[in-house]
Amino acid sequence: MVLSPQIRRMQEPNRTEWLPSRRHLLTQAAALPLLAMPLTDALAQFRVEVSGAGVTQIPISAVSFRDNNLVNQDMAAIVRADLERSGQFKFIEPLPVRLDEASRPDLAAWREKGTDALLTGSVSRLADGRFDVRFRLWDSVRGQDLGGLSFPAGTGGLRNAAHKISDYIYEKLTGEKGVFATRIAYVTKAGPRYTLLVADSDGEGAQAALTSVEPIISPSWAPNGVNLAYVSFESRKPVIYSHDVATGKRRLLANFRGSNSAPSWSPDGRQVVATLSISGNAQIYSMDANGGQPRRLTQSGSIDTEPVFSADGRSIYFVSDRGGSPQIYRMGAQGDNPQRLTFTGNYNISPAPSPDGRWLAFISRVNGAFRLHVMDLNSGNVTALSDASADESPSFAPNSRLIVYATRDRGQEALMTSTVDGRVKTRLTGAQGDIREPEWGPFVR
Amino acid sequence: MNKTPTSKALPSTAFRRSWPTRVAGLVLLASLAACGSSVKLDEAPVEDRNTTGTGQTNPEGAGSGVDPRGVTGVQVPGMDTQQPAVLSRIVYFDYDSFEVRAEFNAALEANARYLKANPTRKVALEGHTDERGGREYNLALGQKRAEAVRRSMALLGVTESQMEPVSFGEEKPAAMGGDESSFAKNRRVELTYR
Repeated sequence: MVLSPQIRRMQEPNRTEWLPSRRHLLTQAAALPLLAMPLTDALAQFRVEVSGAGVTQIPISAVSFRDNNLVNQDMAAIVRADLERSGQFKFIEPLPVRLDEASRPDLAAWREKGTDALLTGSVSRLADGRFDVRFRLWDSVRGQDLGGLSFPAGTGGLRNAAHKISDYIYEKLTGEKGVFATRIAYVTKAGPRYTLLVADSDGEGAQAALTSVEPIISPSWAPNGVNLAYVSFESRKPVIYSHDVATGKRRLLANFRGSNSAPSWSPDGRQVVATLSISGNAQIYSMDANGGQPRRLTQSGSIDTEPVFSADGRSIYFVSDRGGSPQIYRMGAQGDNPQRLTFTGNYNISPAPSPDGRWLAFISRVNGAFRLHVMDLNSGNVTALSDASADESPSFAPNSRLIVYATRDRGQEALMTSTVDGRVKTRLTGAQGDIREPEWGPFVR
Repeated sequence: MNKTPTSKALPSTAFRRSWPTRVAGLVLLASLAACGSSVKLDEAPVEDRNTTGTGQTNPEGAGSGVDPRGVTGVQVPGMDTQQPAVLSRIVYFDYDSFEVRAEFNAALEANARYLKANPTRKVALEGHTDERGGREYNLALGQKRAEAVRRSMALLGVTESQMEPVSFGEEKPAAMGGDESSFAKNRRVELTYR
């Protein structure tokens, strides 16, 4: 995915009618309280659970985009849902006023309402049938215009435009890159049908990359954000494919005697590490991403699996039961010097390092329950992030702030996101049926 | 790949109220004008880097300035093979165990005789686990069960080229329940002829 936004300055729109004076604005507020569209769509999309005290969240508000009714997506609601899911924002219900990106809001009134920032915007139809989505962000504490952008978008691109607005806001207000315009891959099972889907980071807008009557597991994004490696059982055995999701072109990456599973890319995209059972037991191998003979990295008589590179490419985290129970280890990228990392409990699996190298998310069995945990890699301290019973497959967002994972919620497989401190969790509801095996894609450039 | 979005910075509304911003804005405008990229949106190229076509499932996004992020769907067919009817083809395992229990020796001997009598036939030894635990770790455990059956069959004289131990892990349970009786039915190796 190559995205190089061409930032352009454009002629100032001539919309004085959307620049109400303060008095005018107050009149409007009195006259049109019912016309402010409530952002209930956001609430219907997902559930946010905030637990624990001391969560610092930036209060932000958003007015419905002017002429949003031209399109079938509620832009302000999508942005609101994105920001709330991050755990770093608290949404303040907007004042009942009509504003767009060309308006000058009465920021004192918004400050009084308790919000630090305000999003305004509009949707308009372009001559070619697409839409122009515009927004502006205001700092209501400092009374500053924090800028705005215009995105021409077709109907299918509206959600992505909203996610890019969320990214803009996130970066302006937190100083870090947002991950809302990134993608997540996951697998659904509905009846006898397995589908590998690629969706927006909120789980919505899912598109099928692969459909099969046999299971699909362990999707892994290449660092280019275009190729997915995964395990497909379509030939009645686990085999690894590399799949260009835009074109649908697939290439067999590993189909050796026995099972081929747990693919994961090196950060430079040149290698794929995977678990092969050529030797009889599950062992970790490295392969050139373009094919070629696998090179064995582990030499044990036990199970070694779930290899995944650290972000710097120097080491590989993996699971081994060489000590009698499955535990997480780290070794050099050439298979050298394996060291055990987990010591609490007798079942620790599915290591997922954060891109910034600070954290390792994993699943630990506690009294028969499989729960998401995170280890601070500097101190070795481990924190439980969940009190559920069937968590699986954690994967970090590219900004290292959120973890997506699978769980069971009311008898159904579902996807959740959690902040690294576990305080803010949301359930993604983009797909029907059982949802599993989430893998967060990289930043797109 | 895909379309390059053309997002444009909106002019500052603060632009008209303060001199410093106005000057800064003018300088920025001037510098942008100097780059030859000014106000006309129509000239902004919508670059298509996707040389192999956009996703068919997202036609509305095609041609949009926002990345349509196309995904082209692929469907794969299933497989079906005839199994010899007279053979018992399932070996069950105890919890956390990878040993072939003695009660299954007769069944494995019958399968070994069949394979030796039909040297062109091949069999997949498909290992399975119950649903508890991680999918990949269970895949490795299922492989361990398949490998145990392979060793038994090899001792019974079946050539390696006639059999392949593979694993389905927890992905293909025989019983769907969440109780021990279902779990026991799922901890198994199925001998599937190809």
